[in-house]
Amino acid sequence: MRKQITDFTIVEKQVFNETYFTLKLQHPGILPEIKAGQFVEVEVPGNKQVVLRRPISIHDVDTDNNTITLLIQVVGKGTKTLSNMKEGDTINMVYPLGHGFSLEGEKVLLVGGGAGIAPLLHLSKCLNLKGIHPVILLGGRTKSLIPIQKEFEPYGQVCFATEDGSLGEKGLVTQHSMFSRDYDHIYTCGPTPMMKAVARHALDKGIECEVSLENMMACGIGACLCCVVDSDQGHKCVCKEGPVFNAKQLTNWINNK
Amino acid sequence: MLQTKIHNLILKNPVMTASGTFGYGEEFADFIDLNRLGGIIVKGTTGERRQGNPYPRMAETPSGMLNAVGLQNVGVETFCNEVYHRIKDLDTNIIVNVSGSSIEEYCKTASMIDALDRIPAIELNISCPNVKKGGMGFGTNPDMAAQVVSEVRKVYHKTLIVKLTPNVTSVVDIAKAVENAGADSVSLINTLLGMAIDVEKQRPYLSTITGGLSGPAVKPVAVRMVWQVAHAVKIPVIGLGGITCAADALEFLMAGAKAVQVGTANFIDPAVTMKIIDGLEEYCRRHGISDINEIIGII
Ligand SMILES: Cc1cc2nc3c(=O)[nH]c(=O)nc-3n(C[C@H](O)[C@H](O)[C@H](O)COP(=O)(O)OP(=O)(O)OC[C@H]3O[C@@H](n4cnc5c(N)ncnc54)[C@H](O)[C@@H]3O)c2cc1C
Ligand SMILES: Cc1cc2nc3c(=O)[nH]c(=O)nc-3n(C[C@H](O)[C@H](O)[C@H](O)COP(=O)(O)O)c2cc1C
Ligand code: FES
Repeated sequence: MRKQITDFTIVEKQVFNETYFTLKLQHPGILPEIKAGQFVEVEVPGNKQVVLRRPISIHDVDTDNNTITLLIQVVGKGTKTLSNMKEGDTINMVYPLGHGFSLEGEKVLLVGGGAGIAPLLHLSKCLNLKGIHPVILLGGRTKSLIPIQKEFEPYGQVCFATEDGSLGEKGLVTQHSMFSRDYDHIYTCGPTPMMKAVARHALDKGIECEVSLENMMACGIGACLCCVVDSDQGHKCVCKEGPVFNAKQLTNWINNK
Repeated sequence: MLQTKIHNLILKNPVMTASGTFGYGEEFADFIDLNRLGGIIVKGTTGERRQGNPYPRMAETPSGMLNAVGLQNVGVETFCNEVYHRIKDLDTNIIVNVSGSSIEEYCKTASMIDALDRIPAIELNISCPNVKKGGMGFGTNPDMAAQVVSEVRKVYHKTLIVKLTPNVTSVVDIAKAVENAGADSVSLINTLLGMAIDVEKQRPYLSTITGGLSGPAVKPVAVRMVWQVAHAVKIPVIGLGGITCAADALEFLMAGAKAVQVGTANFIDPAVTMKIIDGLEEYCRRHGISDINEIIGII
């Protein structure tokens, strides 16, 4: 898929709390095909402290209306600046970047935590189009840190794990009663320790597992080699050869604390 | 209007891309017409494949970034056998940035590249701050710089550009030393040695603690050094460091650079080089300049 640089217009902004918001962005023409797990590099306008673009997963795609939606967690200056943007503002994006999820498996589990929930909505929809209804397990410290809940309901069996028990079962996603059921494919995106725990479980049980990494990036297109993961075949660019990797390629990374 | 010359190389325009920031060019083919570039300096290439430094390798800093990639590359053999064949038919000057840790390694790589018809020049990187052994070591000492250049000169017969580090007391001394040793051109600057600390995590951002600073933050230092060197040597100077627009490129040209390279700005806008070329044309028209060489070194 050819990569593009495009000015999108914010057509809808939803603020969930101080931490999470979504931006629905209108493409000026026809949106190209976007695979689940691909991401965009967003230019952050109007903040001199921010020079590089920020990588953000594609949360949702609406091909009828040529829009994409981003789910963003405020963690620093770039995401803070983006959170102050308004409907009608333009955002320049380089996209679609990286390789997406394989969409394989029959008994499928999705595990998301924090902002790592973002790519799982488009993934759920793409799996549904293939007739797959996954179990969708979302985790966070507390209820308010799982911003997207109802949106997932049409696409699979949704369940939650929170550390304080404010939503769903109390504990980590890996302690959830649905986690250790019988699956043949797990897809996961979220905090690194969570992804490692999920991947370790999958490798132990012989379950196919795909993880979506969020390494720090400069270019997002495979030119700078800043974003590498120490894979079993040496350093690989997360932006170009990922962000989605099969866990079998990452045993070094998974076992490295 | 924009044509310039570096030794035997004819450049369609003075705008090239900086090593390590433009991959092998292919990464940018979706965004720009690579054939419009004056030249492409491909990734630093070494005698053997290199893994580079551990992650994390980058940190954003005010108006710039630090990197510690550490010369990750496929090695000269794979470059010659595979990469070269993918890019050799581009209609621009493809220049290989040759890096290494010993004189033997530089010579091995240079002589293998010498045999490639479509590579008219190499850029000898004696200035990388991100490798423990060699690299910048050669570029910070005039005698060692001269020695590596004169050895490479014996095995390399086309245009030999030497890339200089700004991490020295007198860049002019190094430039003169490599000129006397047989360099056909010098390019400057490589990255400035820097460091940044994540105070929340109480540790450096980079796995290597220190790294190379690039981007708009370094531009005034780079322009100053280009101006000093351009006045001190007879060989053509290529200027780089923090260029993001045509006006930045013009600063370097006026300071005495015959051509420029664009690095970090490619990450911010993958199509920036085309805008810079368009901007230079527009500037020449607006100022009634028929040949860009008229303004080179006017300061
Ligand atoms: C492929 C990919 C997809 C992503 N998808 C999303 C998404 O859908 N939604 C979302 O909210 N975020 C996502 N991220 C993470 C997002 O890119 C970072 O949170 C963002 O770049 C931080 O920018 P900032 O300027 O706000 O933070 P900065 O001011 O740059 O940094 C603030 C703090 O955040 C840390 N940080 C910065 N970047 C990252 C990173 N990439 N990973 C982990 N920590 C980081 C820094 O170390 C620092 O401590 C994704 C990252 C990648 C690589
Ligand atoms: C990620 C990255 C990788 C680099 N790799 C190389 C390299 O392999 N060889 C080299 O000579 N310079 C390398 N450089 C230095 C650039 O070519 C250039 O000299 C420097 O970044 C200053 O220019 P800029 O401010 O326009 O980026 C690298 C720079 C960056 C940011
Ligand atoms: S971010 Fe530049 S190579 Fe991945």
